[in-house]
Amino acid sequence: MSPSPFAPTAHERHKEAVTARAHAVTLAATVALSLVVVALFVTLVVRAAPALSGALLWENPADKGKAGGLWAPLIGTVWLVVLSVLLVTPVGVAAAIYLNEYARPGPTTRVISLAVTSLAGVPSIVHALFGLGAFVLFAGLGASLQAAACTIAVMNLPVVIASAREALGSVPHAFREACWNLGASRWHTLRTVVLPNSLGGILTGVIFAVSRAAGETAPILFTGAVFFRAIPDGVPARLAPYGLDDPFMALAMHLHVIATQVSQMPPERTYATAVVLVTLVLLINSVAVVSRLRLRKHRKW
Amino acid sequence: MNLSRARIGERLIEAFIFLSGWSAIFGMAAITLFLLREAAPVVPRIDWHEFFTSTRWIPAPARGNEPHYGALALIVGTLTTTLVAMLVAVPTGLAAAVYISEFAGRRAREFFKVTIELLAAVPSVVWGFIGLMLVGPVVSEVTGAPLGTNLLTGGLVLGLMSAPVIVSIAEDALRAVPDSYREAALALGASRWELVHRVLFPAARNGLLAACLLGLGRAVGETMAVLLATGHANQIPHSLVDPVRTLTAAIAAELGEAPRGGDHYRALFVLGVVLLVFTFALNLAAELVVKGVRRRGRS
Repeated sequence: MSPSPFAPTAHERHKEAVTARAHAVTLAATVALSLVVVALFVTLVVRAAPALSGALLWENPADKGKAGGLWAPLIGTVWLVVLSVLLVTPVGVAAAIYLNEYARPGPTTRVISLAVTSLAGVPSIVHALFGLGAFVLFAGLGASLQAAACTIAVMNLPVVIASAREALGSVPHAFREACWNLGASRWHTLRTVVLPNSLGGILTGVIFAVSRAAGETAPILFTGAVFFRAIPDGVPARLAPYGLDDPFMALAMHLHVIATQVSQMPPERTYATAVVLVTLVLLINSVAVVSRLRLRKHRKW
Repeated sequence: MNLSRARIGERLIEAFIFLSGWSAIFGMAAITLFLLREAAPVVPRIDWHEFFTSTRWIPAPARGNEPHYGALALIVGTLTTTLVAMLVAVPTGLAAAVYISEFAGRRAREFFKVTIELLAAVPSVVWGFIGLMLVGPVVSEVTGAPLGTNLLTGGLVLGLMSAPVIVSIAEDALRAVPDSYREAALALGASRWELVHRVLFPAARNGLLAACLLGLGRAVGETMAVLLATGHANQIPHSLVDPVRTLTAAIAAELGEAPRGGDHYRALFVLGVVLLVFTFALNLAAELVVKGVRRRGRS
């Protein structure tokens, strides 16, 4: 019996085998990347387990971080993030509006876009040098919460511009034309049509900026974060313990110092600090990821 | 009257928008200016030949001795850790991007994309800590190196940090290839791999290259991870498990001790300028490479 005319030839079988191998190799790379990371984080959590408790979050650190909890650095990080995001959001969103709604494509827009990507690529330690030279010394803010917040705000500027620009760009042009045809000005169109329709996307970008600000260490090392600063224990004072002019504690800085400079640090406490920091950052980040997925699903156009 | 007040408000807002439009340029210019301003006074006292060819980095000498500003070991430290990182991140990152874009089903794609995005969000100080406490001991056990903090450990951690950047940008580049290319290749009887290798790679070549350049930029500029995981030795490494020091780590480690306004402090700003120039060049290259894609796409 002769073989079926549709049976795969040797060449075709070879092609399929190569494809199967490529599939397997690329799958292995993807899984390996994810698995290594999952393994590392599981190890972190397992080693941190003895020190994890509610008191760890609520109590203030004592004895160079060897006792007590993480409240003071945690609230310092929260204030740093809030201030830097308040500074960067208006400017970043306005810049995105300019690029997407006002500027004509041309050399200027190209230079601005290049500046945005370059700014995004500036190493964090260079931001630290800039913050020290510009905000701490030149502007005379001193090593303080406000100087650190300004430094982080500059670092997050390209993040906010890029995501807000994408959000504005996803609003169909027809929406704007319809509004202009009714006689509305450019700004009126923006305020009543474009911004409401892109608000979700803009907020997602801001949340990404928040998560980045919460984890950064290098830019705050020399611009205001300190390893220890006693803060009051009473409840209202605990929520806002640092003034704008004060040096402050921050979670990322705390982890850096207890991991490298404090001798006889109980290891589980260092692991626990790392776990708290990672959890904080990833929680904020997953809010952004989930909200973006939902936005894509519920888009009306 | 009312109308004109609204008009004034609108003008003010638009003025703010126009001004903010330039904010990225202001930011970039301010960073460059302040770095140069802080670095300038020490520049005449730096022997540039020594800077690029000597490993004698003694910016704060004992009383009566001359300072030396030889940054070669720091530059080599940055280049070697980056090289190790790229050897890990480029193959893994590109393979993962191909899988996610071309082989994965819809659910697998969403799952891995989210995982890798979260990976990119892990703070660098945590990566440094992982290098110091988890990767370092394994490396020293496997290789028999006396110290866990060395070139290999730093490079591995940097590789894990840069891979997500490469995956997400490379995946975008592959997705951006029009589906008609895929349909045409499949209609000619190409297998999936032939499609990837003969059609998508050439079509997305520039985007893939840009992904690698941006991953490289991240590795060069990374600070906290290398500060914790590379072991601080101002030397040219002779093996994979020698401790090294990078430009970023030198700045972060020494800036705290250098008296403000002193020569040591200013020399660290010079290192900052070197880093800024280097990362700016990488970004510019990535940008130009991507522009190349668009131009070809239009023709």
